[in-house]
Amino acid sequence: MSLDRDTVADIARLARINVADSELDSLAGELSQILNWVEQLNSVDTKGVEPLVGVGTAMAPLRQDVVNDGGQADAVVSNAPDAVGPYFGVPKVIE
Amino acid sequence: MSALSDLLRLDIASARKGLADKQFTARELTEAYLAAADDARALNGFITETPEQALVDADAADARLQAGTAAAITGMPIAQKDLFCTKGIRTTAASKILGDFKPEYESTVSGKLKADGAVLLGKANLDEFAMGSANITSAFGPVTNPWTPEGAATPLTPGGSSGGSAALVAAGAAIAATGTDTGGSIRQPAALCGVVGMKPTYGRCSRWGVLAFASSLDQPGPITRSVRDAAIMLGSMAGHDPKDSTSATAAPVDFEAALAGGVKGMRVGVPREYRADGMHAEIDALWQEGIEMAKAAGAEIVDVSLPMTKMALPAYYIVALAEASSNLARYDGVRYCAREDGADLTEMYSNTRGTGFGEEVRRRILIGTYVLSAGYYDAYYKQAQKVRTLIANDFNTVFNDVDVLLTPTTPSAAFAAGDVDDPVAMYMNDIFTVPASMAGLPGISVPAGLSADGLPLGLQIIGKPFDEASVLRMGQAIEDAAGFDKTPRLLAGAKP
Repeated sequence: MSLDRDTVADIARLARINVADSELDSLAGELSQILNWVEQLNSVDTKGVEPLVGVGTAMAPLRQDVVNDGGQADAVVSNAPDAVGPYFGVPKVIE
Repeated sequence: MSALSDLLRLDIASARKGLADKQFTARELTEAYLAAADDARALNGFITETPEQALVDADAADARLQAGTAAAITGMPIAQKDLFCTKGIRTTAASKILGDFKPEYESTVSGKLKADGAVLLGKANLDEFAMGSANITSAFGPVTNPWTPEGAATPLTPGGSSGGSAALVAAGAAIAATGTDTGGSIRQPAALCGVVGMKPTYGRCSRWGVLAFASSLDQPGPITRSVRDAAIMLGSMAGHDPKDSTSATAAPVDFEAALAGGVKGMRVGVPREYRADGMHAEIDALWQEGIEMAKAAGAEIVDVSLPMTKMALPAYYIVALAEASSNLARYDGVRYCAREDGADLTEMYSNTRGTGFGEEVRRRILIGTYVLSAGYYDAYYKQAQKVRTLIANDFNTVFNDVDVLLTPTTPSAAFAAGDVDDPVAMYMNDIFTVPASMAGLPGISVPAGLSADGLPLGLQIIGKPFDEASVLRMGQAIEDAAGFDKTPRLLAGAKP
């Protein structure tokens, strides 16, 4: 699979990563090289094979449905670039 | 050699004896390491040094030694890979996007080492978000491999992603260090720096508070100067943690005591598919020597087949990058320090992430985003997960017949940054370490010899899930037989 610059721009938009126009062609080349290499996986017959999501995680552990932490709003926002009291500040969303 | 640098050459087991016998104090041991900080700086091994904390830790360790309440690792001056959150101490993941992030909490693993009295020298350099095999993607600059020959035009890389950890331990600038291994990030740099690196079974050590790369693969582990040290340090790091839902409830093991078992009668598998086309002659020769060492120690060698070996690396790069794209979505300019303003919320996200992530991380997020996107999910991601099942099945089958597997750790000795010029060629570094990662198996790299150029080479032992004991025992047998006692040229405290 070869990616063109428009596809790369679209992926970058989905990933919310600003990529300069001047970088799109070289990125398209690099990403295509990686995708072409991983495509050898298509040669493996996986009919009837279940996907492995993770190892040793067949059963997610259950715990009591109780509050065991909390009340730490100041700590939660302590690294935020724009904390407003116990809230995360973000640019205005609604016009 | 001065008395000071003598202290810097001890491994944990010997330093523990020295402390117990009152030959020196934890403060003296720590001060020896702090005095050699310039040498660590020359390697760029640390992103953040914590000398004041180290002295506080050392005095607390001396008090425990005095009171007779010391643990095996009490007073040992270690480095924490800068991927472990340390409360109140800047944690960067070697990325600009975390800015001046100071965690409000301590990762479980670093907290366990702290609780056992380890001394924190600082936070070790790494590839950005642990993505790399040469420690050249760090936003804080590359790390120099202490084995770099005199007069080399370009320094050798220490491997990655735990490159700072491995370089510091090899150079005598930290007695041991933590690492994390997703596809080889402990074992590969350990091999290239001539030290021991162990990736435990997935779930053996808690991932809580470790900045995530690929959650189904990431696993913390020790980088040390001896196999015994790996057993000692793993004993402190391991254990069930309710805060990590993938943390194993397996019963705790005294890994150090398990070393006494020996390898007589152990069945050692040699997977024929690892003899990849174009395997370097000296890597092959080292492997043969390792097989002879295992035989001489009383183990039985068995030829085994892992047919899916060749597919492990491409499958890994889909699974790991898909998980990375999801994990790294949290760095959005809202919660973690760095923010680049934009006209609206979406532009702020894109600007923050566009300037905050380095090239390799950006490349990996974009690939991960693509393979998870509508229309490509089944063709790439699901197919890779199915291949992962086949890889795990391969290992299950051979482990019906053998106790451990013996392979080389890396396809070559340490290389200079410019020697590997494209991403896929760089990924090939993990060709021997990735298969065990995909199956969640424990593995260790033990230094076993030198290349023709005088650079260290490692052998890898892979074991059954939660059978670190056999991996460590065979590791010790190789260590004993190889008698690797070479030290790198750039050695901390070596100058008068």
